Amino acid sequence: MFMYHYMQNRFLAFSISKMEDAEKETYSKEQKAPDKDGLLVKQVLEGDYGAFEQLVKRHQSRVFYHAMRFLNRQEDAEDILQDTFLRAFKGLGSFRGDSSFLTWLLKIATNNCLMKLRKSKKMDIVSLDKPVEIDGSELPREIEDWSNNPSDQRLEDETREFLNKAMARLPEDKRMVLVLKDVEGFTNLEISETLGMSVAAVKSRLHRARLAMRDLLSHYFEEREVNYKRNIQ
Amino acid sequence: MKCADILEKISDYLDKELDPSICKEIENHVQDCEPCIAFLNTMRKTVELFNDVGKRETEIPGPVSDKLMNFLKQNVIEKK
Repeated sequence: MFMYHYMQNRFLAFSISKMEDAEKETYSKEQKAPDKDGLLVKQVLEGDYGAFEQLVKRHQSRVFYHAMRFLNRQEDAEDILQDTFLRAFKGLGSFRGDSSFLTWLLKIATNNCLMKLRKSKKMDIVSLDKPVEIDGSELPREIEDWSNNPSDQRLEDETREFLNKAMARLPEDKRMVLVLKDVEGFTNLEISETLGMSVAAVKSRLHRARLAMRDLLSHYFEEREVNYKRNIQ
Repeated sequence: MKCADILEKISDYLDKELDPSICKEIENHVQDCEPCIAFLNTMRKTVELFNDVGKRETEIPGPVSDKLMNFLKQNVIEKK
């Protein structure tokens, strides 16, 4: 009985937190940047190069690490970074503000990454470790719930490093969808347009990618727990 | 609804892509199924962790930024 109420409360907490997240998201989307980026774009189009430098400074990190996640090689990511901002500058007149300026930039960067991957035909050699196997056909009967594991700054940094390595183990097509959706916040439609695939294919790849990442994270948290217990003995 | 259905629909559920009636079925099932709630919580946490990666990007290395600025100056300003 206790377990039933416990699970019910956990589930209720889950639902409420998702509703709060959705509200925060709507609020922040309404509040943020149309405006700073939109204004800078307008100034660039009027001939102010200084405004373009500001746009570069605001978004260079996001574009660089986006390319790193796709290509896993700094030299390649630097090429993508340079090419993306050059193309953005040349094509700035076509930015209509339908999506955020950052999303528009990341679409350009993604296309550049795809071209680079196709050219070098290294679609699958970017993995740092053994590629992860994606099955997801059956739910195990016993699942460890690590969603409330305590954490601190050091562990968060360590977890982020693990996430980057875990992403690199995904097959190319699924990694791209995961990065665009869960890291960069693209909609499924934006991903389908950027990668040239149907929304159904996007959803399917995203689902497989998330299942694989959940599995890797389960092993990671399990190991971390074992190490923690070993250290306090 | 069975556990296998939850497994198949979990991403769409988390992304609010399902009909309300299917969401309700999932929620009814999960309330009484311990593995499914653990699965749901850990999938949700997985997505949150990746969302967080994007939000907490580290700064670009200084030399990479300098190289970019020089490249743009050469290719944008000087070619005007």
